[in-house]
Amino acid sequence: MSQRPPRFLLGGRRYSPAASLLLAAPFLLLVAVVFVLPLATLLHESLFVPGPTMAHYARAFDEPVYLRVMLRTVRIAVFVTVLALLLAWPLAWVMSRSRGLGLALLAAAVLLPLWTSVLVRTYAWMVLLQRNGVVNQLLERAGLIDEPMRLLYTEGAVVLAMAHVLLPFMVLPIYSALKGIPEDYTRAAQMLGASAWATFREVIWPLALPGVTSGCLMVFLLALGFFVTPALVGGPQQMMIATLVSQQVREMLDWPFAGALVGILLGFVLVLTLVFKRAVRLDRFVGSA
Amino acid sequence: MSAVRGNRAGRMALNAAAYAVTVFLLLPTLIIAPMSVGPERYLRFPPAGFSTRWYTEYFQDEEWVRATLFSLEAGVIAAVCATVVGTMLALALVRGRLPGKGLVELLVIGPVIVPHIALAVAMFLVFEQLRLTGSLLGFAMAHTVLALPFVVFTVLAALYRFDVELERAALSCGAGSFRTFRYVTLPLIAPGLVSAALFAFIISFDEAVVSFFISDLDRKTLPRKMFEDIDYNISPTLAAVATMLTALTIAALLLGYLLKRGLERRARATAAQED
Amino acid sequence: MGLPDGMKGRVAVQGLVKRFGPVRAVDHVSLEVSSGEFLALLGPSGSGKTTILMSIAGFEFPDDGRILIGGEDVTWSPPNKRNLGMVFQRYTLFPHMSVLENIAFPLKMRGVGRAEREERARAALRTVRLGQMGERMPSQLSGGQQQRVAMARAIVYQPRVLLMDEPLSALDKNLREEMQIEIKHLQREIGITVIFVTHDQTEALTMADRVAVLDHGRLQQIGVPRELYEKPETGFVAGFIGETNFCEGTLQRAAMPGDPVSVTLDNGGRMEAVAAQALSAGERIKVALRPERLRVEPGGTDGMAARVSEAIYAGNATTLLLEADDGQVLRARIPAGAGLHEPRPGEAVRLSWQRADARAFMAGS
Repeated sequence: MSQRPPRFLLGGRRYSPAASLLLAAPFLLLVAVVFVLPLATLLHESLFVPGPTMAHYARAFDEPVYLRVMLRTVRIAVFVTVLALLLAWPLAWVMSRSRGLGLALLAAAVLLPLWTSVLVRTYAWMVLLQRNGVVNQLLERAGLIDEPMRLLYTEGAVVLAMAHVLLPFMVLPIYSALKGIPEDYTRAAQMLGASAWATFREVIWPLALPGVTSGCLMVFLLALGFFVTPALVGGPQQMMIATLVSQQVREMLDWPFAGALVGILLGFVLVLTLVFKRAVRLDRFVGSA
Repeated sequence: MSAVRGNRAGRMALNAAAYAVTVFLLLPTLIIAPMSVGPERYLRFPPAGFSTRWYTEYFQDEEWVRATLFSLEAGVIAAVCATVVGTMLALALVRGRLPGKGLVELLVIGPVIVPHIALAVAMFLVFEQLRLTGSLLGFAMAHTVLALPFVVFTVLAALYRFDVELERAALSCGAGSFRTFRYVTLPLIAPGLVSAALFAFIISFDEAVVSFFISDLDRKTLPRKMFEDIDYNISPTLAAVATMLTALTIAALLLGYLLKRGLERRARATAAQED
Repeated sequence: MGLPDGMKGRVAVQGLVKRFGPVRAVDHVSLEVSSGEFLALLGPSGSGKTTILMSIAGFEFPDDGRILIGGEDVTWSPPNKRNLGMVFQRYTLFPHMSVLENIAFPLKMRGVGRAEREERARAALRTVRLGQMGERMPSQLSGGQQQRVAMARAIVYQPRVLLMDEPLSALDKNLREEMQIEIKHLQREIGITVIFVTHDQTEALTMADRVAVLDHGRLQQIGVPRELYEKPETGFVAGFIGETNFCEGTLQRAAMPGDPVSVTLDNGGRMEAVAAQALSAGERIKVALRPERLRVEPGGTDGMAARVSEAIYAGNATTLLLEADDGQVLRARIPAGAGLHEPRPGEAVRLSWQRADARAFMAGS
């Protein structure tokens, strides 16, 4: 008679490390080839081509053109985050206090854009904002302007369109934080004599803060590396770092410099992620649909 | 009294703001639909008439159709691969003793944290050397990796909701490991798997950045084709495509919702019918 | 198997040891259950009772010892090969199957044909008096009904042994008592061996033929309910089963079980008792005395002098909290309707008892 437990894996028994690795193997293999290897190769280009050098990184900061692109990227990302937060708060709040059909409608309004192609939503903004676009048509017809305004390819357009595209990533974490605050808390605060503003400041905001941090981080990170919307709505005039990277690769064929730009972007993103490690909560975006 | 009234006014203002934001979220996308059925060569709101001209143009344009079919193919393969690979990993994470679990978890969220432009350019560099650009295999692999974080998290949630004691019950009823998984575990986590597969498909089908770089002249995905066309001219065909894509997303989300509800009933029925 | 039918349901646990890290969850436990017997494993949480049950079921594998079912060593066989029935704490009905499908599931796993499956499942459902509920889903049933379905699922394939892991703990008190009797009836009717884990002593005493009391992974005592209550062998059993007063003191002379002893109490008094286990001289001793075995009389000079500090009326009995003159606090219980004197708070009384009702244990046992 064997003196070992039989090999059944279900019912609360933990798989052995070997079996676990076997289950994880396809994932690890895929991620190694399609994620780790490419990024490592690209970063290697930026540091070791032609020889070991930091010159490509230095160039990004030395040349005013590139520095300006990077500063613009951060500025736009900040504006987008703030605008998204301002727009997301009332929606998340009302969602968290709704039930039944009202909640379903609001949730659909958030989830539909989340899962609609970024390209489609960006295209929609171009249709709205272009020279003979919907906004200009309507303003002209209303007699408010005599000739079309330049709306597309402005920084404002980029911020607006990006805030629109990234808004669901702000709404969902804030909503899930607000939903966790029992209505009794606000009632209790008011019973204890707090004004609406005091209730917000002392009770709601501190409890919602983890969700707000999570949303802001998500939106800021995505905004920093955003490619589609700035490339199309901003054009060359409002170039952000992602478009610059694309240009270096596709037009200049300057892989080492593109690698350096990606390295800078990655460094920024990694530092932010590590600092706010606990705010990165992917489950908020999948559990809700 | 005044506090109550102030409260109510505040609540109404908040509600109004929330619904205004909802309109802001939906309107730009939805306004494309009526414009796509206008007869004229440039887009106008409201449209000057009704015509399916741009839809016909889409279906008759071989390049559009080919891109769409290619996207569908890549999307289905990526959805299947991501669901299988992601479910295996989720099982290892929840049920196993995985060496270096922290690192694996970092790799799971990696494709979400790392900007897609960085990944896209990096993949472009390596895929060129491996001759994977413009290939179905290349797209399937890239999109599988992009979809994996969402799949893993969806399946993890389903596994955490699942009561392991049910597996013990099945074992005590005489079912072995395989049949326990087949008759008890799988049917109960199936709704999660369906959502995961659907998410993965949508992610692949809509993915624009990586596709922008790893497509080639012959083989490109629908988003890549749209990207090119937007860059050159905003033709009404694009509006038709955008409208159809939005409709497809709505349909997919609805389908996912209905499937999820229906699965519970179906799981019941199969358990009864099979011998 | 060549065994006579009467042996097939026999379960033997021999020298079972199970460690979880440094903790011995089960520490050299041996017990035998005969065919058709109802054994309760009783103990507080962490006593190892569930681990023993899970080892018998095959969900845990021991670090040492053997498990025999019907004379066959099953220590290392997987749970699905042991042909046991099991009822879980939370019922664990498969939520995606109807009641009937749940009950038919073990038959399906045993390759029983569809028609026979349905017939036997319906019969099992009638046995647990839920004949009409076959088409319902588990979520449409009450807790008690789910419990019965879980029972039906566990017995439908006529296993040799039925294991039950605190199956009634999720039910409310009245339903629990009703189910206790029902399970007992069912067990007698089909003559199955039952091993029943519980932390509720009343449940164990009412239902079981024999009770095994466990503490910290060790078997304290195994016996019929009356033995456990009236002749506990360790201080733990005396304290865990029923209510008990403990008086602490020391002993001059060593004693063997059954010997009359005279214990010097800490506060100077003496107490006549019987040694319940081997006692050594000079060690700390505790004497257990059941509240209902204390005689409470108004005045006189015999016995221990005490004062009533509180009288708690509970319908069928009145519980007295008493403070002896030496500061010792005791409880006494006076049954209602027996015409006994019921003193009021503040009254001075005398306490007495029969020597055999005062059982002396080592303080650490």
